[in-house]
Amino acid sequence: MKKIYARPKYLKPVSMHYCPGCGHSIVTKLIAEIIEEMSVADITICVPPAGCAVLTYNYLDVDTTESAHGRAIAVATGIKRVLPDRLVFTYQGDGDLAAIGTAETVHAANRGERITTVFMNNAVYGMTGGQMAPTTILGQKTTTSPFGRDLVREGAPLKISEMLAVLPSTVYIERTAVNSVAGIKATKKAIKKAFKVQQDDLGFSLVEVLSPCPTNWKMTPLASCRWIDEVMAKEYPLGVIKDTTRQTHKKEAADAD
Amino acid sequence: MTKNKNKKLMRGNAVVGEAAIKAGCTCYFGYPITPQNQLPEYMSRRLVEVGGVFIQSESEISAINMALGASVAGARVMTSSSSPGISLKQEGISFLAGCELPCVIVNMARGGPGLGNISPAQSDYFQATRGGGHGDYRSLVYAPASCQELADLTMEAFDVADVYRNPVMILADGMIGQMMEPVTYDNYKPREIPPKDYILDGAKDRPSRIIKSLILNPHEMEEFNWKLARKYRIIEKNETKYEEFMMDDAKVAVIAYGTAARIAKGAVKRARNDGMRVGLIRPITLWPFPSEIIYRRAASVGLFFVFEMSAGQMVEDVRLALKGESEIYFYGRPGGIVPTPVEVQRLITRQYYQKGLI
Ligand SMILES: Cc1ncc(C[n+]2csc(CCOP(=O)(O)OP(=O)(O)O)c2C)c(N)n1
Ligand code: SF4
Repeated sequence: MKKIYARPKYLKPVSMHYCPGCGHSIVTKLIAEIIEEMSVADITICVPPAGCAVLTYNYLDVDTTESAHGRAIAVATGIKRVLPDRLVFTYQGDGDLAAIGTAETVHAANRGERITTVFMNNAVYGMTGGQMAPTTILGQKTTTSPFGRDLVREGAPLKISEMLAVLPSTVYIERTAVNSVAGIKATKKAIKKAFKVQQDDLGFSLVEVLSPCPTNWKMTPLASCRWIDEVMAKEYPLGVIKDTTRQTHKKEAADAD
Repeated sequence: MTKNKNKKLMRGNAVVGEAAIKAGCTCYFGYPITPQNQLPEYMSRRLVEVGGVFIQSESEISAINMALGASVAGARVMTSSSSPGISLKQEGISFLAGCELPCVIVNMARGGPGLGNISPAQSDYFQATRGGGHGDYRSLVYAPASCQELADLTMEAFDVADVYRNPVMILADGMIGQMMEPVTYDNYKPREIPPKDYILDGAKDRPSRIIKSLILNPHEMEEFNWKLARKYRIIEKNETKYEEFMMDDAKVAVIAYGTAARIAKGAVKRARNDGMRVGLIRPITLWPFPSEIIYRRAASVGLFFVFEMSAGQMVEDVRLALKGESEIYFYGRPGGIVPTPVEVQRLITRQYYQKGLI
């Protein structure tokens, strides 16, 4: 009998700590699949954040180092500069990347660090119990915005991907969602492309993934998937935000002449 | 003194940079702050020459975390700053200690608290020796008192960091960082470094590795803390360094480190010229602190005269070392004041006669 579905080779055979319906488990598995398909397990170094994904090293069977909350991109920068031919990626939540680690994110992107960031946007602080994140939607209730996020009081949701897109050194930025089969496929394609951008030494690449957090949204997994379509994706439109891979390749070809 | 042909006149901050390069440091990350700016400036040129990595980071927080990353990847790495910037690095230093990663951190300290000033001060002693960051950890702290010692201790710091897989700090101040003295890099005797079998460079022909400090199980965390504590006991045993100057017959022992020790040495020489039996004990490592020798000296010394350019920080370690065996007189000048040897000698003399140590 032909096996048509199996655990990816670089996903360790353990059960995950993620809540049922959580987007983290889906994306972790996608990354394991990509590492296998691209045959890069022996050159990959993963830098997870402080956040629900802190235990990523228990799941992905590649070299992995911890990082302090918000500092994954700085740590990854140090690694990549020492080992420029390795595939180095960070995996970060929205609090990690867009609040406490904003400076690191902006400046690593602006330097065009040859790293890839998988940015998990679940509109809350998952690990610490569902507090407001910079990405929380206006009107969304969280444990620290109990009356709903208010534009005057808390400011607008931070569109960090769009902000990064204006920097000359960012090459590829795409926003996807893992609330449907099509979305999961698109996410896999995007992360794979982002890794390729790094391997081709083109510049900084980032994939923002709208990811359900049923626990802190206080919704069922199904309702969470619907909420991404009906609310989140309205605030954070899906699709390619920036892609200059062609131009970068073209420029290189021209420079080579 | 024999003339060393390899001696070069250099500024303290640049000496640290050159010593680092000569010790095999290939990465530097830092953010500008006075009075240590010549160090990143020096590294920005030298590291390019030797094919290393230099990044002027967006903050000291980023710098220490980039340094952590470079250490994860197996490189010899240094970061530097001055007091406020060192405060920002503390979380990262705690992570280095928790992940057992080597790194050399330089603090050219200045007056504080807050923005303080840019004058030489020794008010970061507590921060440097008590951890500074959170958690039950220690950093080895060197306190050089000359440009030559900056060279020797910086080079040694890289080896020590690798041997113990621990952050090592060089604690000096703007005075030592800015002054120019002739130095040689020939004193360095490289140590044997254990193989770096923990670094991350891709799991090629070996199982994948994890570097982390997160240990959720309290029993395992406790065991790890005891493991660290055992390492720190070994460091205390093997790495404590101090200098004794004219201590053989001393009735008063001045205890001072770094810039203060240079001033104190001048004061001790003057007091000796006046016929007083005064000596100097100069801690070269602040952690581990040379408690043993201080305690031993209590048998013959009548007064321990502690001099610091702070309101009184190292004096607590002297008190702990003496276990109540001897009297302590404290002279502190915080805030960036650098007293002269004459001023210090005047106080020593007064104590000497008041205590009837003649
Ligand atoms: C310096 C510091 N501050 C706060 C925390 C506590 N903390 C851990 S994870 C986290 C936020 C997690 O939210 P997010 O980054 O959005 O990731 P998620 O858990 O939602 O995946 C916080 C505030 C910490 N570990 N370190
Ligand atoms: S709290 Fe949210 S983000 Fe964290 S594991 Fe649970 S569902 Fe996932």
